[in-house]
Amino acid sequence: MSNWALILYCGLITYLTRFSMIALIKKEMFNDRIREILSFVPSAIFPAIIFPAIFINDKGLFVIDNNPKILAAIIAMVIGIFSRSIIATIFSGLASYWFLIFVV
Amino acid sequence: MKSNLQIFLKGIIDVSPLMIPVVPFGLIFGVLSIDIGFTPLETMGMSLIVFGGASQIVLLQLFSGGASSLVIISSVGAVNSRHLLYGAVVSEHISDLKLVWKIIISYFLIDQAFAVSNEYLKKNKNNNRYFHLVGGGATCWVIWQSTTFLGIILGAAIPEKLGLSFAVPLTFLALLVNDFRKFINVIVIIISGLVATLGYNYIPFKAYVIVAALAGLFTAMILTRENKKA
Repeated sequence: MSNWALILYCGLITYLTRFSMIALIKKEMFNDRIREILSFVPSAIFPAIIFPAIFINDKGLFVIDNNPKILAAIIAMVIGIFSRSIIATIFSGLASYWFLIFVV
Repeated sequence: MKSNLQIFLKGIIDVSPLMIPVVPFGLIFGVLSIDIGFTPLETMGMSLIVFGGASQIVLLQLFSGGASSLVIISSVGAVNSRHLLYGAVVSEHISDLKLVWKIIISYFLIDQAFAVSNEYLKKNKNNNRYFHLVGGGATCWVIWQSTTFLGIILGAAIPEKLGLSFAVPLTFLALLVNDFRKFINVIVIIISGLVATLGYNYIPFKAYVIVAALAGLFTAMILTRENKKA
């Protein structure tokens, strides 16, 4: 398969996952229970991206020792819980990560 | 009643904090893609056609690892499965719109725009509230295309030592700041994170994202039911 075909197919499947539910679902299909469950979608999906990015290195290995990302993420999380600020969360995480790898 | 433009601008303002980490993300993507051997045109094409950070990074990772096209495409689909759930949430707010708007909005239904607009759509009931999502999505589109372009040009000038890829999990972490205060959400977050991390190497086709998400939603289903009985 050529690179362009691969890119087109990846684009198509990405678009279809975004479009299919919007096109298919009607307003009447939602009751309160479904709404309640769907309100947990961010909490159910984002950790699946966050955790592996912190604990698994680029070779696919689980790393817990000597991993500055863990402490940096915890600091970012604590700052986030108290400040409720998206910017403060991201900056405190990056700043502590750089502090841990360049200074400590 | 606010005008379409006012709501569009509100979307831009609300999403801008989330754009800060998109900058290094886009740069990293541009640099990596050229590094792996895609042409500048193909790299730009990926950002224009796919328009999804996580999908594009997965595409690069698997491509450089020599995975077959079928595995790459199904993995991108699995990583994107979260959009099915975003779509299901957003569709409730735009079910009365014309098809052409649904086609446009679908292109802009990305993590950052969904996260901020989901809050806005829940709180506002005006008919043109979907302009918020278009504003957020369009902002991200501009940032993503321009940083991809910069990444292609800057190439090797960005030191890998900076570890800018760490901005990716931090962005998603920042999107959850309000959920860390709710007990059931915290349990769901932990379950999903554990399933994804433990299943990362064992669940085929990079489907760990959807498997972890389903485990998290299932947990939420059980916990909210118990909650009501109590």
